[in-house]
Amino acid sequence: MNGVPLAAYIGLGMFMFTTGVVGVVIRRNPIVVFMCIELMLNAVNLTFLTFARYQMATYKSQVHMEQSLMAGQMMVIFVMAVAAAEVAVGLGIIMAIYRLRDNVDIDEMNVLRG
Amino acid sequence: MDKAFHFAVPSLDWTALLPVSIVAITGIIALIVEMLRPKHNNNLIVGVSVVGLVLAAASLIYGMTQPTFATAADMAVRDSFGTTMQLLLVMASALTVLFSEAYLRAKRIPFGEFYPLLLWSTVGGMIMSSTTNLLVIFLGLEILSISLYVMAGMSRREEKSEESAIKYFLLGAFASGFLLYGISFVYGATGSLDLNFVSAIYQSHDQTARTMLVFGLALMLIGLGFKTSLVPFHQWTPDVYQGAPTNVAAFMAAGAKIGAFAALWRVLDAFVDMGAYWIPALSVIATITMFVGNFAAVVQKDVKRILGYSSIANAGYMMVAILAYGKDHRLGHGTLTYFLLSYTLMTLGAFAVVSLQARNGRESTRLEDLNGMWRRSPLSAVALLIFMASLIGIPPTAGFVGKFLIFFDAAKAGLMPLAIVLAINSIISTYYYLAIARAAFVTDSEQTEELSVKTPSGVSGVCAVCAVGVFAVVLFYSPLVSFITQK
Repeated sequence: MNGVPLAAYIGLGMFMFTTGVVGVVIRRNPIVVFMCIELMLNAVNLTFLTFARYQMATYKSQVHMEQSLMAGQMMVIFVMAVAAAEVAVGLGIIMAIYRLRDNVDIDEMNVLRG
Repeated sequence: MDKAFHFAVPSLDWTALLPVSIVAITGIIALIVEMLRPKHNNNLIVGVSVVGLVLAAASLIYGMTQPTFATAADMAVRDSFGTTMQLLLVMASALTVLFSEAYLRAKRIPFGEFYPLLLWSTVGGMIMSSTTNLLVIFLGLEILSISLYVMAGMSRREEKSEESAIKYFLLGAFASGFLLYGISFVYGATGSLDLNFVSAIYQSHDQTARTMLVFGLALMLIGLGFKTSLVPFHQWTPDVYQGAPTNVAAFMAAGAKIGAFAALWRVLDAFVDMGAYWIPALSVIATITMFVGNFAAVVQKDVKRILGYSSIANAGYMMVAILAYGKDHRLGHGTLTYFLLSYTLMTLGAFAVVSLQARNGRESTRLEDLNGMWRRSPLSAVALLIFMASLIGIPPTAGFVGKFLIFFDAAKAGLMPLAIVLAINSIISTYYYLAIARAAFVTDSEQTEELSVKTPSGVSGVCAVCAVGVFAVVLFYSPLVSFITQK
């Protein structure tokens, strides 16, 4: 398929996912942290599309193959829709915090402790 | 290749989808009621929610009589496990609805913001507990979680509420990323989002597919581990329970846990052939979860935080039930379901009592703030004592029977070390549960004039229902279990 191997896409997906995870762990601004989570979700989308395109499993019939193709692509649509809903809620929460204290740094959120 | 897609509109059997639809539509009606009569505290919304949940429960009890079937292109399944979980969720939601009314009034949170979101988060849990399709599990999980993110931050003038919301939100979204990445590898290996295909692919001895399935399962377990608050993915739990409004924390402890464990059970049920990989790994996680939850709870000073750690410890106990089932499928889901039922009754009851601490927009939930409760509200103090006795596992309460069933199952499945760890942890947990009960019965040091405060009828009602329920589920043990596990 145009010479780009499956492993290249999966590798790129893994790289993006790892970058996202590392970003979530080390960054301190909730908006940047959330951007890193979006990066993880985009890695997921890329992986889904790759598996849908390259079809590794064997199928009993053409219909099964097409259903599998559609399942992977539909998943991507749903992930994007859910990510959009999460952005709406997340930015709302960050706004509410900003109104209370003019600062959204995660390290300074330490009201709750044992 | 033929370019035309072969697509047939799937047939729908509405008896499987009716309960979920009723709760979702009730949420929309509650929102419309709020829109038509925009008052701060609109009691009609509470009435609508209760009626909707009762109707949903009725349709679920009718559904129990139906045979097992899958509908909507196998995306919705009606079986005894899913229906029981949905019933538990509806019950948890209804109890939360009842005791929230007085709490929301005291905290000055508008009703119209809380009730529709509570109902929709119940819908999310119901969706994810009755499907074997990973796309639908993911969607249900997100409907459940996104509603809870908003509800956690509902007390907008309180910094701790907002802090708990952002912590829950960021870690929840992070966990969803792991879950999705895991799903993508399971999809890659099986070419389907349906969990029923996993077993066949694994048995086909395709080494690449097997590796991908194990990798995918590991990532999915990280994602679901966050949602079920298993150690080491538990750090958010005490913070969020402490900061979120008490009624929201109650639903998180009961409803979100039921939904997440139902999804975990479905996933592990499908991956049963790979027990050699996940049973040892999850046994270790269950052991650590029980110890960390119980030991960390001992040193806490805040009641909601203690209940947060208690919910971590209980997640460990539930994990033992799932592991026993994974080892020996003949054990069935009765143990997990029974334990979740008893856990829901006692935890929701305990949170309902704690919600009495909110007065005039403020709320103090340190242990010593409970002092003198037996004079302010004798009924709820006695109820709290019953819930704590049940959480410890003193016979003849539901908590005792639930733990005993898990112990027995683990022993039967050859997981004796886990059963012993569970017993040891029950003993450790006595310390902090008794500390809560004791705090309620110690006389207030500074004599306050709050003696005249009347206990709201919603809270008294929920306390009474849960306290009676804790004994009733023991009394009616055999009809209940045969109802739960019927084919």
